[in-house]
Amino acid sequence: MDMKIEIKQKGDWVVDDNPNIKMKTTYLSVNYGKFRALTDINMEISEQKITAIIGPSGCGKSTLLRSFNRMNDLTPSARIEGEIALDGENIYGKNVDVVDVRRRIGMVFQRPNPFPKSIYDNVSYGPRLYGIRDRNNLDGIVESSLRQSALWDEVKDKLHQSGMSLSGGQQQRLCIARALAVQPEVILMDEPASALDPISTLRIEELMHDLAKSYTIIIVTHNMQQAARVSDFTAMMMIDETRSGRLIEYNATNIIFTRPQDKRTEDYVTGRFG
Amino acid sequence: MTTNYSELLKRGVQTRRLRRKSVNGFMLSLTGILTLLALVPLFWIIGYVIYRGGKTLNLAFFTQLPKPMGMAGGGVLHAIEGSLIVTLMATVLAFVPGVLAAFYAARNPNTPLGIALRFSTDVLSGVPSIVVGLFGYTLIVKPQGHYSAFAGSVALAILMLPTIIRTTEEMLKLVPGALREGSLALGASEWKTSLNVLLPAAMDGVITGVLLAIARAAGETAPLLFTTLGNERFDLGSIIKSGVQNHQGIFQIMGRIFNSPIDSLPLTLWKYAQQPYPERVDQAWGVALILMILVLTINVIARIWIELRKKKLRG
Amino acid sequence: MKISKTNIQKLLKKFGQLFNHGDRPWFGLLILMSILVLVLMVGIGYLLWRDSALSRSSFGLSFLLPTKDPSWDPVNSDFQAWPFIYGTLLTSVVALLIAIPISLGIAIFLAELCPAWLRTPLNWLVELLAAIPSVVFGLWGIFIFLPQVVTPIGNALYSAFKNVPGLSAFFAGPIPQSGSSRLAASLILAIMIIPTISAVSRDVLNAIPPSQREASLALGSTQWETIWQILIPYGSSGILGAVILGLGRALGETMAVTMVIGNSIEGTISILRPGYTMASIIANEFAEAVSKLHTSSLIEIGFILFVLTLSLNVIARLLVWSVTRKNPQEARS
Repeated sequence: MDMKIEIKQKGDWVVDDNPNIKMKTTYLSVNYGKFRALTDINMEISEQKITAIIGPSGCGKSTLLRSFNRMNDLTPSARIEGEIALDGENIYGKNVDVVDVRRRIGMVFQRPNPFPKSIYDNVSYGPRLYGIRDRNNLDGIVESSLRQSALWDEVKDKLHQSGMSLSGGQQQRLCIARALAVQPEVILMDEPASALDPISTLRIEELMHDLAKSYTIIIVTHNMQQAARVSDFTAMMMIDETRSGRLIEYNATNIIFTRPQDKRTEDYVTGRFG
Repeated sequence: MTTNYSELLKRGVQTRRLRRKSVNGFMLSLTGILTLLALVPLFWIIGYVIYRGGKTLNLAFFTQLPKPMGMAGGGVLHAIEGSLIVTLMATVLAFVPGVLAAFYAARNPNTPLGIALRFSTDVLSGVPSIVVGLFGYTLIVKPQGHYSAFAGSVALAILMLPTIIRTTEEMLKLVPGALREGSLALGASEWKTSLNVLLPAAMDGVITGVLLAIARAAGETAPLLFTTLGNERFDLGSIIKSGVQNHQGIFQIMGRIFNSPIDSLPLTLWKYAQQPYPERVDQAWGVALILMILVLTINVIARIWIELRKKKLRG
Repeated sequence: MKISKTNIQKLLKKFGQLFNHGDRPWFGLLILMSILVLVLMVGIGYLLWRDSALSRSSFGLSFLLPTKDPSWDPVNSDFQAWPFIYGTLLTSVVALLIAIPISLGIAIFLAELCPAWLRTPLNWLVELLAAIPSVVFGLWGIFIFLPQVVTPIGNALYSAFKNVPGLSAFFAGPIPQSGSSRLAASLILAIMIIPTISAVSRDVLNAIPPSQREASLALGSTQWETIWQILIPYGSSGILGAVILGLGRALGETMAVTMVIGNSIEGTISILRPGYTMASIIANEFAEAVSKLHTSSLIEIGFILFVLTLSLNVIARLLVWSVTRKNPQEARS
């Protein structure tokens, strides 16, 4: 595959006539014990667009991202207030099946974390949980997922090698393929390229554009240029005087980076602090 | 063909949902149940030992020698004295070599001797206690021609050694290197640094290790079977008395003690449990209670000490 | 020389002076003690080897091998150790089969599911089970465990398998009225090795990086699927090490086994009948063994036990070490 280094140019913000809202947070607050990590987050995530969440370290970006697929539930002291809706239904509702929420909302982590299994077994792990046993079907899903994450050509002859034997960038694409194999609707990415070299980073960014055609993507990044390059919408977060994270501004990426409304946003994106 | 897989997956999601949920709930609960199950023998044994042993415990039990077989009453003073003597001597025998070897292991972990030392410690910790007893027999009892408390304490010391070495080594490793360097920089010699600075710093943990080793040794029977053999007529009081009356020196009296066959609490338990006299069986339960109290108390003390140390470190 | 106060003081002063002349005596002492430990390990093997020479030369390898009619006959000086080897292997293997699932369950609960406040007390309770002296286990075994648990189970097994071809020999019985049997020994051994296996397995599970759990859960796995399909395979070599450590402990366990196994030289293979293990025959007969050949045979059995547990211990340590030191391969960018 030819390597294309392309800086995506965005024209003026084009208003989508009928943006579909895939996910929506309503007065979302997250508490860890007595500490209020997030306060009153209200935002709408548009379907099949890339939404970036930026802000200085410690402002709660990761906490917000992890709320979307209920990974915060893993912390015993975490308490959620407010709602997050997926296709209109609150994922923190009473009878919600967390397992299914997490299938529909996939996640890629900062450090690639493939299982110590073969590449094939890494990707087929998810589908097999759902009873897909037939070899042909699994082969098909594995190939399709690896193609979508732009890794197929590099590993198609060594599917039975360990996933840990790949380079960092390849491992991350493997993790993406693994997430895609269970047919999610939303993909969350927590600083997916921060542990990678610049070339791998650009490949991942290219990948995101392709993926956005079929999936809704929410990405947390501390790299503003990356947010500007890649995303359609950007959410700017900061901590308030109680050290709780808040959503300062949320708009089309173009606007955030050229005509920000809030002075704090302007300071941050122009590099005056952060 | 993605639509194909999407259908497959959707179907799988539906059909498998209930099954995955139930398996999850069942297996997770099972692990909790198994944990409780494993604790049942613990409480059962402790409960019964208290119940049946408690009935036998009275002052006479602790202060008298056993009566002849079949007669009621009497005590296990001989076994208590025996256990104390043998365990004490074993601790003395094991402590110094153990701590010194640990000093070596902590400072030179990668030399051939250091590696061999760690290997031997591991091996020794896995040797069955009865094999250690056989070793004690062939090493000491056979050449000497008689059973003795000394042979028994050597066997117990061998059992205690790996624990003492391992704990001391770990504790020494935890002492910050700056402490040692500071002492050396002041001009103190290595051995003075080790004894006056490092050892006290690690002392808490070392003592815990020794306590746990003692708790284990106090409960061991197999190594004593063919080293101390057992001796229902051992009477510490009369040995001391006759020694004083005959103007024997302290070392002579000690020699007499250590060279005689001797009983101990676990040995006595073992013997009494198998005798046909119900009074003896009752006494076996009493001995079990004493042993359990001893072992549990030491374990609790060691635990509390560890927790206190942890709190101290956290500040 | 009189042991007077001044003389002792002089002696100590001289000793101290010796030390002040450099640290060489100190290091010498350290090395001496370390060598002592080495010598001990070698010494145990050597002495047992040496003192079993008589029986080794008399019987050779046939001492160990299963024969049609094994005999253990102090009167006629004919010794054959196979029944005890069989007893040891049987009781240890059965104990493992029972202990492994239970220990894994406990390890999983303590490492993954237990709420934080409950963790320390539960860990401590499980450790306490390991601290109970073997004789106390045996006492409880004889008077409580045998009549209330083993005998009913034994009777049930006997009637269940009486007419099953093939298996009926293994469950031939009936179980003695007292309950003393290999079954009893296996069950008690299982209880005694559970703390060992579960504690080490729990440590292995705790050493697995949280990122593995997150990856699995984020894909939409249940907690059990994560544990069973990701964590256990990840820690499998360490868990195997834990099992081997447990096996080593089972092989050498003496007192509790001797008190409940019945100590009989019946030739049957049935688990319901009394038998002997290598450790229990030594415990039972050594003090009364008169003939040199008898003693030597018992020592030879001790030597076999030594070699067995030594090898297992080494293998186990290597396995556990390989997991708890494993650094997941850092992503090479």
